[in-house]
Amino acid sequence: MAPLLEARGITKRFGGLAANDDVSFSVAEGEIVSIIGPNGAGKSTLFACITGFHRPDSGTVLYDGREITGLAADRICRMGIARTFQIVQVIGDMTVLENAMTGAFLRAARRGAAERRAGEVLALAGLAGRAGVLASALTISDKKRLELAMALATGPRLLMLDETMAGLTPAELREIIALVLEVRRRGVTLVVVEHVMEAVMRLSDRVVVLDSGRKIVEGTPREVVANPRVIQAYLGERYRA
Amino acid sequence: MLARRVLPVVAASAAGVALLLFPVVFRGPFPLHVMIMTFLFALMAVAWNIMGGYAGMFSFGQAAFFGIGAYTSSWLLVAHGVSPWIGLLAGGATAALTAAAIGIPCSNLRGHYFAIASIAFAEIVRIHFNNWKLVGAAEGLTIPMLPQGLASFQFHQSKAPYYYIALAFLLLALAVSWWVARSRMGYYFRAIKESHDLAMVLGISFVRYRMWAIMLSAFLTGVAGTFYAQYILYLDPESVLILPISVQVVLIAMLGGAGSILGPVIGAVVLVPLSEVTRVELGYKGTGLDMMIYGALITIISVYQPKGVWGLLYGLGARRPAAPDGPPALAGPEGK
Repeated sequence: MAPLLEARGITKRFGGLAANDDVSFSVAEGEIVSIIGPNGAGKSTLFACITGFHRPDSGTVLYDGREITGLAADRICRMGIARTFQIVQVIGDMTVLENAMTGAFLRAARRGAAERRAGEVLALAGLAGRAGVLASALTISDKKRLELAMALATGPRLLMLDETMAGLTPAELREIIALVLEVRRRGVTLVVVEHVMEAVMRLSDRVVVLDSGRKIVEGTPREVVANPRVIQAYLGERYRA
Repeated sequence: MLARRVLPVVAASAAGVALLLFPVVFRGPFPLHVMIMTFLFALMAVAWNIMGGYAGMFSFGQAAFFGIGAYTSSWLLVAHGVSPWIGLLAGGATAALTAAAIGIPCSNLRGHYFAIASIAFAEIVRIHFNNWKLVGAAEGLTIPMLPQGLASFQFHQSKAPYYYIALAFLLLALAVSWWVARSRMGYYFRAIKESHDLAMVLGISFVRYRMWAIMLSAFLTGVAGTFYAQYILYLDPESVLILPISVQVVLIAMLGGAGSILGPVIGAVVLVPLSEVTRVELGYKGTGLDMMIYGALITIISVYQPKGVWGLLYGLGARRPAAPDGPPALAGPEGK
């Protein structure tokens, strides 16, 4: 079966720096694939190239067999790829419900239908009890849930999460991991950029490791953490296994 | 609990009756003139609020749409004898189409850059009309006196018909604003105001929805222009196309509470009578005292109540600080 998402030879330069250098990977429908790597490895750039925020200098992105390289971000969203941001983005002067409705309107033009759809994703994200609260009053952890709920409300087949787990307490982390697994169980494919290794180990079917813009390793979580090149990339020469 | 439900209904009914009876009680031309100007500027502020308050596009060029509306209907009437009511729709449509034409090159300008571009656009329109022979250039257009009546949109004996027409236009604009705020479009406008990136990942076409906001706003402002032309029966570039009109509209909306439905109306109710009364009572002395009082009030409100008068009233009425349907914070240009 053809992969749901396929990146082929993505290269993106900023001035002389190659933030992504010939990166290729693919994601099958129903998978959870993590992208990890040290700071500055090019994870967010790769995300941006796939979701239409950057146009890669070379390489192609295929989604569901169609080329989407360089399409506008809103168009890519309408095709079924949703994403969240590393720095959480919600509409601060709207309530939690209104935020979710703004996402839901993409697949439900009428207000009543959008409200129902928003209620469903909020229930899934564990925010049903906070529907009437202004988004700006939420904790960081709840804002991240809301951002995820908004992304889900757009009805994606592929959901891309950019460091959703960062800065959470262990309890919050367990809840979000359970939420992501539930999202997958409902048929959404996920690509996750993540630093929190506990989440990577528990969630991922496969892991892609970037370092200095290149893909250095790809494999199951167990294979990847035992790989000498990965250890070297994270910890430096002295810890070469 | 009942009082909370009934009170607004009673207040709204009382206000409605008072508005309907006002011309019966105050027959003099000046009180009616003040009210008509209040409705007119409220209408323009409501229109501005759709693009500025909801969608975060700070236009300082509304006078261009106002003037285009006024000139379109007046020229159609003077040159071709077209009814001002058809001219009204044509004026709104011409303003909206001009807005679309200017909106395309400006569609990626944000925050202050959009505001600057809007001033430049309005000034270009003003200078163009000042030199455009077809519409009388700097001399402007004088609308011929026709038999008065609803059909000719002219009333010579009393200002009361203008009063009711302006009120009706304002109510229609408010209905549009209310409908927009509750629809998908209104939610998308607010998402666009919050963040370009966030709007895009929710599948919102930034350019398309900004265009809708500009065109809606321009249409309503153009309608206001036609009304003004039929009210004054004379227009030249200096009376409808100048920057102070644009600034006044922004001030009214911001002061009343940008982003809320009723805020722009409240702003007009506070500022327009103040401006008219201080102009008439104090302006002739040549001291500029009227502008000083006006300026001081604007400064005080913006310093002490940045959410506008609407925010102040709302805060008094509802004691919950973060009420779900409360007014949003004063809408800054996007990209804060």
